[in-house]
Amino acid sequence: MEVPPTFYDLVETTCRDLYIQSLKEIPPDVVAAIKRAAERATREVERRIFSHYLKSIALGQEQNMMVCQDTGIPIYWVDIGGKLRLDGSKLDAAIVRGTERATREHPLRSSIVSPITRENRQTSTGERIPIIHYHFVPDSDVLDILFMPKGSGSENMSFMKMLVPADGVNGIKRFVLEQVVGAGAKPCPPTIVGVGIGGSSDLCMTLAKKATTRPLGTLNPDPQLAALETELCEAINQTGIGPQGLGGDTTALGVHIESAWTHITCNPVAVNLQCWRAERRRAKISAEGKVEVGF
Amino acid sequence: MAEFHFKTPLTEADARKVSVGDSVYLDGIVFGVRDANLIRVFDQHVAPPVDWQGAALLHTAPNVRKVGPGKYESICVGTTTSMRVDRFTEALLRDHGVRAILGKGGLSPRSTELMQQYGACYLSVTGGAAAMETLQIEEIEAVFWEDLMPESIFQFRVKDFGPWTVGIDAKGRNLQDEVQLAAKAKMGELLAKMGVT
Repeated sequence: MEVPPTFYDLVETTCRDLYIQSLKEIPPDVVAAIKRAAERATREVERRIFSHYLKSIALGQEQNMMVCQDTGIPIYWVDIGGKLRLDGSKLDAAIVRGTERATREHPLRSSIVSPITRENRQTSTGERIPIIHYHFVPDSDVLDILFMPKGSGSENMSFMKMLVPADGVNGIKRFVLEQVVGAGAKPCPPTIVGVGIGGSSDLCMTLAKKATTRPLGTLNPDPQLAALETELCEAINQTGIGPQGLGGDTTALGVHIESAWTHITCNPVAVNLQCWRAERRRAKISAEGKVEVGF
Repeated sequence: MAEFHFKTPLTEADARKVSVGDSVYLDGIVFGVRDANLIRVFDQHVAPPVDWQGAALLHTAPNVRKVGPGKYESICVGTTTSMRVDRFTEALLRDHGVRAILGKGGLSPRSTELMQQYGACYLSVTGGAAAMETLQIEEIEAVFWEDLMPESIFQFRVKDFGPWTVGIDAKGRNLQDEVQLAAKAKMGELLAKMGVT
């Protein structure tokens, strides 16, 4: 299905809106998880922190305010329906323009700089930024864009290790728990703990990031990995780190694992943490130009 | 746990009064600082454009809208991870007389010792809850070093800014560090439960 020429303008404005609105409306599964954690909280400091979280979520929703100041690294996960006929380079350019327009028109803080000169173009873009991951979906004529503004407090808490096969699954359990405890207060807990298992080093880290975008309450379809998710989540929530690392019973809102097959000599594991807001926002654009927004 | 309301500039007695877990509200001036501007002060040896005697410093880089020459309105002011600028604590307390550092995630055991020595405290602002924080900022009175935007030095006038949790007091306690140490001590037990020995 050939897309009309206006399709790319629609992608541009949709990406602009995804960026801005993702910072204001926290996904419903995340809000529900924070509410449940707040109800469980028993200690005074823990209850104080959760009340601030809930107040800020409400201000975002009701007063159209940004919930957090961190506009993050803009990341797009783009699923292209196999039946769509479009120009990939024009799609790419439209996503970049949408990112820049969000920054200029809202305006948003541009959080993107050169790693060496620290130059900030004030556009939220730069070399290889935004980050765009493309995938192809058979039998679909929809462009599905999932956006996340990845905040640095949690992104700085990213860890990767090339374990060896003899380390087994136990090595993976140890690594994940050690990193979450080591990160402590810094990633703005309670977090979604994204875990990548397998692949090459680069794929493993991408899987850990992708895992954090899965809605809370979902399990990995592989029963062994689902059991590992539950087991790790229970252990992490017994560490006592709690919201803002000030102590409490909820340190992780969930543990999500994504996996890939790997080399006979490899046993890679990666951890990517996502802060308590876990912002994400999705738009599905049909070839005819219908936009459906969700999470 | 006690609740305190302080006006800036803060005194040594104010800073020594609070204990970890207490809640603190501030009225007056809070200065926004972070990586780039503190690197300029301490690594590039450029004197700060403001006097920080008795100051409360907030680790931030806000979203702002320019409304005139040197004049900005806040869109979203939130708090960033403190540990990245931990190595500047000593000079801030010793040479500039800072009495409160506000940030998220806590500071190191070394900073805890320094706060006890000089009489200062660390207030743990609730990270990610910037919407609530933004409404407590009455005005951005001044912005220094605009070339570093968004990492300029911001002078905020605040009203009932809080309640923020005392994370480090001047008695040598560091709540976030204590919580993390307890988690580390428990790790062996948790690993054993998962069959990891």
